[in-house]
Amino acid sequence: MDFTPEQVERYSRHILLQDVGVEGQERIHSGKILVIGAGGLGAPVLLYLAAAGVGTIGVIDGDTVDLSNLQRQVIHFTPDVGKAKVLSAKEKISLINPDVKVITYHDLFTAQNAFDLIEDYDFIVDGTDSFPVKFLINDACVMKGKPFSHGGILRFDGQTMTHLPGTACYRCVFHSPPPPDAVPTCSQAGVLGAIAGMLGTIQAAETLKFLTGAGTLLTNKLLSFNAKNMSFRTVKLHKNQHCPVCGEHPVITELAEGEQAFCEIKNRKSQA
Amino acid sequence: MSKIKVNEEIQEVTLPLSLTELIRTNSATPEMVSVQLNGDFIPQEKFPSTGLQDGDEVDLLYFMGGGAR
Repeated sequence: MDFTPEQVERYSRHILLQDVGVEGQERIHSGKILVIGAGGLGAPVLLYLAAAGVGTIGVIDGDTVDLSNLQRQVIHFTPDVGKAKVLSAKEKISLINPDVKVITYHDLFTAQNAFDLIEDYDFIVDGTDSFPVKFLINDACVMKGKPFSHGGILRFDGQTMTHLPGTACYRCVFHSPPPPDAVPTCSQAGVLGAIAGMLGTIQAAETLKFLTGAGTLLTNKLLSFNAKNMSFRTVKLHKNQHCPVCGEHPVITELAEGEQAFCEIKNRKSQA
Repeated sequence: MSKIKVNEEIQEVTLPLSLTELIRTNSATPEMVSVQLNGDFIPQEKFPSTGLQDGDEVDLLYFMGGGAR
């Protein structure tokens, strides 16, 4: 495609990069990214992907903006309280960059809609806050051969890994969801707002690296950091032959909703 | 005393010591971590029966489930 003079100016700092250039910017422009969750992680991911000029951004979230979200979910503003998060996100994306086509799904990511949702996208970003959904995203992406970025945050900590078909998946590392209440979520234990930005921007960078082919992705690695002492650690991983979804004898061959997911859905409905 | 590397830091321990015991002395519970021992994942049900040896390298990988809300 041919960029207009305005687009050349808008994306000039990408085009200047030797590893991106016009060709890389074209790849970003034709990229289709699905961001699951328009919350703490989804917010910075969406903002940076929009600014970068990703051609099509899908965003799925069933929630509405709550006052307690604004401490870290930087895509939502005070007047957005009560608004569907996907709508609030779409409005900001369009203001940042009218080039971006935004597709919104005001819904939960479930075993029923997972395959249909990921089908049209090149790369999926996990910005969710529940283990059953994180495992569901992993299983759906592994089964359909879709690359994705896992992200998780809690208190002062964050972790992320990138999966490409054939590399270690989330289940290779974390076999199955922890029992309910064994590990708290941010809504239970809190999170420093900027942690969402730190981790989300790593996920956004991985997405742009995937689209442009620049550098080396966080595959077969788990990056984790603790912001209290600002220590970063990358643990080498390898595909786990006993992995229940991508191992030599997979036992998970179809998508299933976890018990905890049902509890969460129930809770969300009762909160609404 | 024996030396075991836990998340890249050397810890002095007294053997025999199981993986479950090491997890607990690191203020964690078996339910909240995934474990690589010398680069291989150890299934959770084998934590109690896995004995550690001098020079072992252990990665305690913590579940982190937050993100959206």
